[in-house]
Amino acid sequence: MPELRFPITGQDHVIGSADAPVTLVEYGDYQCPHCQAAWPEVEAVLRRFGRNLRYAYRHFPIATVHPLAKPAAETAEFAGAHGLFWEMHSAIYANGHQLSGPTLAALASGLGLDVAALGDALERGSYAAKVDSDLLGGIRSGVNGTPCFFVNGRRHDGPYEAAALSAAIEAARTDAESRVVGIVSE
Amino acid sequence: MGEILRPGAKAPDFDAPVTPDQKLALSEFRGRRVILAFYPADWSPVCGDQMSLYNLVLPEFRKYGAELLGISADGAWCHQAYAKANQLHFPLIADFHPKGEIARSYGAYRDSDGVAERALFIVDESGHIAWSHLSPIAVNPGADGILDALERMPRLEAVNA
Repeated sequence: MPELRFPITGQDHVIGSADAPVTLVEYGDYQCPHCQAAWPEVEAVLRRFGRNLRYAYRHFPIATVHPLAKPAAETAEFAGAHGLFWEMHSAIYANGHQLSGPTLAALASGLGLDVAALGDALERGSYAAKVDSDLLGGIRSGVNGTPCFFVNGRRHDGPYEAAALSAAIEAARTDAESRVVGIVSE
Repeated sequence: MGEILRPGAKAPDFDAPVTPDQKLALSEFRGRRVILAFYPADWSPVCGDQMSLYNLVLPEFRKYGAELLGISADGAWCHQAYAKANQLHFPLIADFHPKGEIARSYGAYRDSDGVAERALFIVDESGHIAWSHLSPIAVNPGADGILDALERMPRLEAVNA
């Protein structure tokens, strides 16, 4: 079973504490309808597990199939540089059905970001290296489509609905706890 | 699942259509490394599509000096439409007539379904199989196994020196 080869670093967009017993990493593509459908499921999972879960999102734009996926990922990174990654992330997924250049600009404007600066960043590819690096790391970790989830480093091949993700998270949590007990009792 | 050809075996040559008026032979790649990606059919659902994923990884494969050929039992016209729709930048071999003959020669044909298995091979510069992998037909094997195997092979320049 493929395993996540690149642990979370300061470059990642993370929700939750590093102390959480379970880490969920998602590789996603903003123009992929399945990723769009998965985001509310992830939100439900985040609400359910609260401080017991750490979540990171990485980009995996399949650009030839989804031409807007990469500009959208770069737009999220641009917002992230201004402390608004998750706001933009949610906004892009909420508008997935009508994604376009003007939509991205409108979302940036709605968040109070400088639309001209965004246009400039997209043109220069200022955030392209970050997006490419996510993608390449995902490929090496065995991402085979989107969305692709890793639960405590192991690829989750089941469905992305909240129930299935929650079951995988519960299992990883039990596993992590039994290891801690094992170390303590040794 | 049957037995696919293993590392060390000579890679069976083929000369088959890649477009309605063009053929491609494996022997044309002698001296280079080639990834053969057998897959069941064109037009599988897009987001988890193996060929679109490999299209994305193509620059990485080429960094290791490897070319990529996709192979399925679809016809050349079907391949052409599929490659165009997904902007694939590598050749798709039509293993169409006699149907599945190439896949069969690699031990990668599913007689029961009339399609190729999801089987991967790396053919080395001498025309031998350096690595192979058979994936369950419903599971896109991703590209990590191929990249790991290419990484483990001696550098091509060193081999040719």
